[in-house]
Amino acid sequence: MTEASLIVSLPLLAAVVTAASARVARPVGLIATAANAALAILLARRVLAEGAQVTHLGGWEAPLGIAFETDGLAAVMILMAAIVGVAVAVQASDDRTPRSATDPGAFWPLWLATLGAMNALFLSADLFNLYVTFEILGLAAVGLTALTGTRRALRAAFDYLSAGLAGSLLLLLGVALAYAAAGQVDLSVVPALTESAQGRISLALIFAGLAVKAALFPLHFWMPAAHSSAAPVASALLSALVVKAAIYVALRLSLDGGIGAEPLRVAMAAAGAGAMLWGSWHALRADRLKLLVAHSTVAQVGLISLALGVAPGAADSTLWHAAVLLMLSHAFAKAAMFLAVGRIAEELGHDRISGLNREELRPGAAEFAFAVAAVSLIGLPPTAGFVGKWVLIEGLIDRDAWIWVALVFAGTVLSAAYLSRVVSRCLRGGPHVAPGARRPQWRAGDVAALGLAVSALLLGLGSALPFALLEITVT
Amino acid sequence: MTTDLVYHVAGAGLTGLALWRLATCRDALRRIMALNVLAIGIAMVLLASGFDAATGRTDPVPQAFALTGIVVLVSVTAALLALAERIGGRSND
Repeated sequence: MTEASLIVSLPLLAAVVTAASARVARPVGLIATAANAALAILLARRVLAEGAQVTHLGGWEAPLGIAFETDGLAAVMILMAAIVGVAVAVQASDDRTPRSATDPGAFWPLWLATLGAMNALFLSADLFNLYVTFEILGLAAVGLTALTGTRRALRAAFDYLSAGLAGSLLLLLGVALAYAAAGQVDLSVVPALTESAQGRISLALIFAGLAVKAALFPLHFWMPAAHSSAAPVASALLSALVVKAAIYVALRLSLDGGIGAEPLRVAMAAAGAGAMLWGSWHALRADRLKLLVAHSTVAQVGLISLALGVAPGAADSTLWHAAVLLMLSHAFAKAAMFLAVGRIAEELGHDRISGLNREELRPGAAEFAFAVAAVSLIGLPPTAGFVGKWVLIEGLIDRDAWIWVALVFAGTVLSAAYLSRVVSRCLRGGPHVAPGARRPQWRAGDVAALGLAVSALLLGLGSALPFALLEITVT
Repeated sequence: MTTDLVYHVAGAGLTGLALWRLATCRDALRRIMALNVLAIGIAMVLLASGFDAATGRTDPVPQAFALTGIVVLVSVTAALLALAERIGGRSND
């Protein structure tokens, strides 16, 4: 099968081309992003029609070669990255969007490298490959963080890179211990790892590394600064996709680990609950819009992690399917939110929440997109966030896990509270808006944000498709 | 057996020291140094775990892991130093 190797090599090759020539960066970047989306759809169709696929690169089989495994979960994740990528590329292709003061072409190679690394990560079938793809992803993501070149962004990028490096070194140590314990680094050895003490230590180290990269409470310290000081297009990618890569690997390991990974799952669920409360509290107190959205990512990662933590392995699929749907919903809604915030800040000239309603400016499409995305993040029907939370809570009630149900509800109420701080200010009309107030003009960013927010809504109505894809596993 | 253990313990010790320094120190250059020490500590554990004292043979796979780790470390250190230099250069903004 060719799609799996193409979808990894195409973005990386395009990244090299765009890095070599800034003049062709924009057209090549747009074409590569569109081609990646087409390949992702082809890949998903193939998986739906023919079942899971295994590709041995260059015809080399294990233990020498590298294998790509395309099952339903990988296909869903690749589609998610492709859709968010298209929207972000639309916004980035707008000349009028202020990006980097030093090099306006720098976005494209970084974005394409991020995309290629993520596709490779979703397809990887062994732990060492995962480590390598994490390194590519980490370096590209740091570049995206530093794109604006302001001192705050550089400082955030420095903290991000050093936290990320510490996380990936823990990951490397865990992978090496796993090799020492099992003699292999395929993902298929994970069940055997849960049976020996050394294997359990290696899994714990891998999860610790992943927690740093996923910004899971209490290892999230680097994240709000990094996500709130980057350019809007970069924040959308970092918050919607890059964080998901680590969650995806945690999900894989938790599914493969089965019953033996139970202590790690309990830790993930507890950390997730902590993240929901901590992130929401800071989002409630944030004075800047981007900071609020970044802290909301901490809380939402917590909710997803909680859902992963309570899901008992691959045998019982309801709860982890809910977790995946929450990941998708968060990816679309959060990317929409960051793009919308970027547009709002551009029109207002600042992003202080207290100054959101101004007399001479009517709310525009960006505010509307923010509100729709907020509806999805809170989990109101008919959005994907609603379906995900519904399935999650139903599964938890079936298991009489009332404490977790209460925590999910508490997280929902808190997210409604902090998001309404913004939405309520956008809804106010009447005396706050002068009769002759101007309307903001439509830009590419408005279209991208609205498109993503609507995708989150439509995904709720069409959630049968991801659920059908997730049923397909490598046998 | 004891020499084998010495490398393991020394590697683990370096790893612990580096993580502690990383958590407590704010200075950019010291953090970069701590990350390097962390990587070396982990590489030491890897190399020690690849040595089989009973047969006297070494397994090349952990060595390959350590080598990849070193390549990554060098490039990330370069990126960190570049970032640190720019942060320092903009202190008058």
